[in-house]
Amino acid sequence: MEYFIQQLLNGLTLGSIYGLVAIGYTMVYGIIGMINFAHGDIFMLGGFAALIVFLVLTSFIAGVPVALALLIMMVVAMLVTSLWNWTIERVAYRPLRGSFRLAPLITAIGMSIVLSNFIQVTQGPRNKPIPPLVNDVFHFGEVTVSLKQLVIVLVTAVLLTIFWYIVNKTPLGRAQRATEQDRKMAALLGVDVDRTISITFIMGASLAAVAGTMYLMYYGVASFADGFIPGVKAFTAAVLGGIGSLPGAVLGGLLIGLIESLWSAYFSIAYKDVATFAILAFVLIFKPTGILGRPEVEKV
Amino acid sequence: MPNTNSTAKETAPGVMAQAVKEGLLAGVLAFGMFLLYVGVETYQNIDNALVWRMRWGLLAIFVAIAAIGRFLVVGFVKPHIDRRKLAKAKAGIPEVSDEKGFFHRHFLKIALIFLVLYPPIIVSLNGVQGSLKYVDNFGIQILIYVMLAWGLNVVVGLAGLLDLGYVAFYAVGAYSYALLSDTFGLSFWLLLPLAGILAAFWGIILGFPVLRLRGDYLAIVTLAFGEIIRLVLMNWTEVTGGTAGISGVAKASIFGIWSFDVGADNNFAKVFGLPMSSAYYKIFLFYVILALCLITAYVTIKLRSMPIGRAWEALREDEIACRSLGIDTVKTKLTAFAIGAMFGGFAGSFFAARQGFVSPESFVFLESAVILAIVVLGGMGSLTGIAIAAVVMIGGTELLREMEFLKHVFGEDFTPELYRMLLFGLAMVAVMLFKPRGFVGSREPTAFLKERKAVSGSFTKEGHG
Repeated sequence: MEYFIQQLLNGLTLGSIYGLVAIGYTMVYGIIGMINFAHGDIFMLGGFAALIVFLVLTSFIAGVPVALALLIMMVVAMLVTSLWNWTIERVAYRPLRGSFRLAPLITAIGMSIVLSNFIQVTQGPRNKPIPPLVNDVFHFGEVTVSLKQLVIVLVTAVLLTIFWYIVNKTPLGRAQRATEQDRKMAALLGVDVDRTISITFIMGASLAAVAGTMYLMYYGVASFADGFIPGVKAFTAAVLGGIGSLPGAVLGGLLIGLIESLWSAYFSIAYKDVATFAILAFVLIFKPTGILGRPEVEKV
Repeated sequence: MPNTNSTAKETAPGVMAQAVKEGLLAGVLAFGMFLLYVGVETYQNIDNALVWRMRWGLLAIFVAIAAIGRFLVVGFVKPHIDRRKLAKAKAGIPEVSDEKGFFHRHFLKIALIFLVLYPPIIVSLNGVQGSLKYVDNFGIQILIYVMLAWGLNVVVGLAGLLDLGYVAFYAVGAYSYALLSDTFGLSFWLLLPLAGILAAFWGIILGFPVLRLRGDYLAIVTLAFGEIIRLVLMNWTEVTGGTAGISGVAKASIFGIWSFDVGADNNFAKVFGLPMSSAYYKIFLFYVILALCLITAYVTIKLRSMPIGRAWEALREDEIACRSLGIDTVKTKLTAFAIGAMFGGFAGSFFAARQGFVSPESFVFLESAVILAIVVLGGMGSLTGIAIAAVVMIGGTELLREMEFLKHVFGEDFTPELYRMLLFGLAMVAVMLFKPRGFVGSREPTAFLKERKAVSGSFTKEGHG
């Protein structure tokens, strides 16, 4: 039982990270109907920004408190990735809005290749390890909870609350929901659609940057190739939860995290990704629009 | 941008002011974007600890390129393009001209003749040994991608089903050949069709569960299937050799008459009294893949004019209308998957025979993305366009390996290969931005009334899955 709870906790931690990235996928998909393949690499850029900020920070100020360091890493990573995602949207996606559906998908895949290779070229192909930031662990009987797990779950919960508030209670969120439902109508009623879409990309990038910082803190290593697999899993989470649905993205993220950790614990680590993808396929076969997705109404 | 249809003279100062403003803005943006990633270099010191140092010079170059580039685009390129568009609109010249030159009309014949003569030309220019690089890296490599893209074109371009895991069938073909020839010692010519059939079989197996899925859900499930197959190949060590893969895969022979194994009595070079060289094998393979490509093209063209091909294209345009007209969408989708997968399987077994080595490394998602990119960049559904896209994208990146002279420009440490995929990605984005409909944006309709008119690509849908 203790073992099971332990794995549940690990899964929850991992799932929080996936959930944060998945929101970026699902929001962009909801608002412009495009799979933003480069989002996983935005997550990776966030991790690298945090890593570089950490290095610079610790070399200037020796005894900087960990909480402060983490906060600075997170904020800088959010700013930098937001800048990147905003620019990418302006340069690579906006000119193709209204073009046929595969065109933005191809530029997104192209951007993903560009971003990961850009980091490989500028920062080198090797894994970048950093010393562990947070070491404390708490014991509850047999179950061990590390402080970093708590931090991850807590930060995710706080961010999701803020995020939920923005989307549901502010004029900006209303504009986003309006744009999602009917872009043309929203534009006619005075919603600045371009601005709304830009902000959506910025919000997605910020959440991905936080996830990237958490990922770096959790695993203590960053690599240029870290964008793809977590990115695909986060996208899988978004689809599993029902793409376009925000609670669905979080739910999907948690589910993927749990499946992954439980499968590694009870079956085999080697096939954990196979299990994730197989369950995705299985769920979609029986519920083709995901768990919380709205059924697609097709008009003739 | 506000000043799109005013004349150049009136707005020239305004344009310049705006160009300066936007150039500066781009510089600031680039500074923010590149400060951490370009400006800071992280590396491990002797103690294996991660340390950093600044690269101000490189950062300055990046920022300057962004600022000056944006300045030039806003100040000079855009007004120029606008002026030309305006002049064209005034003169009333249609954007597409109907007149085609000799080269244009006979493009296919010229291309085919060139391809058949390509190895002899290269051999006569560079000698037998010197031809190896050109026949293998350029000829065979490009043709493999042409074939894969034509195969995927059946699924994406004709039937409109977005498949992000096409590389799985390529892998099935390659491993079928490697395993069956290793275990049973069967020959290439027997296993080539068998690998195709096996891949088609897998296409149907994977196609069945996804029949109900549409659009992007289909895309993600096919991506998942592609990854599952790769992960199984990677982890099922007893059979597939795991990450190490299978090496020493048997070479193909000329229909069993002459072989290319060095020790064999009927070795091609020995029989004809030629000096030993692996170039003969590559030249032979070049013709094999050329033939396979031509078969793929022939089958695709024939299928398009058959009921099943018409059903695919109808499915791409409108699935509901299809069903209302009594087209069996299940059968239509499955045949598209199966036939696309079959071509992937052929290409896979050819790949295994050419490399002599298969490993999961060759079948990552990036390959699927590259193949899909070629199909879309080529203009979805146009065989010529796809072939051109493959030549440009694959040939271009291969060419980068050859650019030794760049070392003299950027110093000895410069390795152009490092920038191969970076440039590939940038090219993907750039081509899509400037030609969203791909290189060949028009299509020849298969069914027509009285006369055949080319249809602009913007009238054809890409399907909803």
